Amino acid sequence: MASARPALAVWKFASCDGCQLQVLSLEEHLLELAEVVDVAYFLEASSATADGPYDVSLVEGSITTPEDEERIAEVRAASRTLIAIGACATAGGIQALRNFADVDAFAEAVYAHPEYLSTLEDSTPISEHVEVEYELQGCPIDRMQVLEVVSALLQGRRPNIPTHSVCMECKMAGHTCVMVAHGTPCLGPVTNAGCGALCPGFPRGCYGCFGPAETTTTGSLAAWLRHEMGVSQRDLVRSLRTYNAAAAPFAEESRRHDASRA
Amino acid sequence: MALAAETARVLDLEGLEALVEALHARDYEVIGPRVRDGVISLAPLSSAADLPIGWSDDQRPGHYRLVERGDDARFGYAVGPDAPKRWLLPPHSEVFEAEGDGTGFTLRPAEPPSRRFAFLGVRPCELAGIAVQDRVFIRDDLRDVTYASRREDILTVAVHCGEPAGTCFCASVGTGPRAEDGFDLALTELVGEDHRFVVEVGSEQGRELLAAVPTEPAAEGDLTVAAAVTDDASRRMGRDLDTEGLREDLLGALGSSRYRDVARRCLACGNCTFVCPTCFCTGLVDRNALDGSHTARERTWNSCFTIGFSYIHGGGIRESVSSRYRQWLTHKLATWQDQFDVLGCVGCGRCITWCPVGIDITEEARAIRATAVPGGGAR
Repeated sequence: MASARPALAVWKFASCDGCQLQVLSLEEHLLELAEVVDVAYFLEASSATADGPYDVSLVEGSITTPEDEERIAEVRAASRTLIAIGACATAGGIQALRNFADVDAFAEAVYAHPEYLSTLEDSTPISEHVEVEYELQGCPIDRMQVLEVVSALLQGRRPNIPTHSVCMECKMAGHTCVMVAHGTPCLGPVTNAGCGALCPGFPRGCYGCFGPAETTTTGSLAAWLRHEMGVSQRDLVRSLRTYNAAAAPFAEESRRHDASRA
Repeated sequence: MALAAETARVLDLEGLEALVEALHARDYEVIGPRVRDGVISLAPLSSAADLPIGWSDDQRPGHYRLVERGDDARFGYAVGPDAPKRWLLPPHSEVFEAEGDGTGFTLRPAEPPSRRFAFLGVRPCELAGIAVQDRVFIRDDLRDVTYASRREDILTVAVHCGEPAGTCFCASVGTGPRAEDGFDLALTELVGEDHRFVVEVGSEQGRELLAAVPTEPAAEGDLTVAAAVTDDASRRMGRDLDTEGLREDLLGALGSSRYRDVARRCLACGNCTFVCPTCFCTGLVDRNALDGSHTARERTWNSCFTIGFSYIHGGGIRESVSSRYRQWLTHKLATWQDQFDVLGCVGCGRCITWCPVGIDITEEARAIRATAVPGGGAR
């Protein structure tokens, strides 16, 4: 199908499909989007696919198998701009918990015939395998950020994707700081903005689903949580090991407090 | 400062309610203290019954808790996270919208706010914060429309401080606990059996407003008691900052090792800058329709604790947290004086309370000065 509109593709690797669902959740904006881009490959939306090359590829999921390693290279080769979307694609996702454990032992425990599995030792982000133009963090991503980055690409401008802390959008939203005023442990100060400070607005602590912000002094926050707020070592490690467990600032800090791997 | 006996009046609790009604009748949106989500914050008030009756606060570095006072004081607390800045320089404000017509754009500047604001219970340090931002945004050569259109029609009913927090240090920077000027009316709350407020008039607008509510002339004793409230408060400040030679000391100690030390604690999260009543930095964001036909330019709060803040060609020039902390601290306490002829800190203590890891600007300033080496430089 010949089209003057840029071709958009959406790819899935090891992931839960939640970020692709966020794209579909654009609902009222989907028709606008379809007017300015040609949705050429998006299996979650349509079984009709068009061959590459693609102007923009959104890549969901992490690399966990040898086959993934080959396929991401093919996707990269077919894409002008590659945007990694979500915690899996940008940090290895929740499945990167395997990076802290023995994946063979997991396979033994779960599968009757683990010998049929071919899996990698670690779950890794897309950027560890191919060059990535943009990363949208979050588990799941914020759907409006997809629209923003596509819009910016079309207009030839830099996308407005925040890289600062959740605290800044929390304060702008006028939420009460749950950490200072309620004594609720919160990862907001080291977590990237983009969610609109959803949890503190409710008012719960941020659990870091958007992954590390551009600057993180995770050690300082961890020390405050442990010694001033009475968070146990076990809870601290678990709070850092969720959706972005393998992201370096969270992984390094969790390893520091993990007694079992000291 | 002695109160001006000839103008001082006394207001009772009914008079306070009448004052709020009079502000509403003059079509002000009345912004004042309210208990919300575990803090005393500023919010629109519908009546004096919305005030934090009987509440105070326990504030320490990185710590805030509401505390019951055991009386029915209306203003028996210290400042919460929000300053009037939220209304005068909103976190998000539209600058203009641009509509494409195929060949160019038609610009439509943002509408000025539809309401004017009256701040009830505004503290002396907050009046000082507004005065600092006035120097930034309303100048002979420059007038910032976003700020000025909100600022110029405000009315302030200040309340002198009787209950400083553990993080307060207005007395040492000369902004409180008694406001000298910058208000339309100023109250001193006298809690007790005869619960009343001694009122001073600071402007013609304030005089006109006060005439619309029932008051009595202040007795000689009232003025003495009112003065004692703030005299006592100034002796109970939780913190202090020695401003004598501060600028020279800090600029002489730019290489202080203390900046490396604080960088190990500082989260670069930006909380201090967003709760600060004088921090004025903003950024511009364009939001456009997918087809490019429509763009809205928005101004949002920004912080010198982000890397993007110092972006010039090639990248941000303040990559390290120590360089960002140093920029913030030395701007507040030193170079602000060169730029605006006033200290950039009003001693409200918000940055200390609302720092998630309790970094204390007064302690850091003291420690940095202590690293200075006689004759120049620092350890």
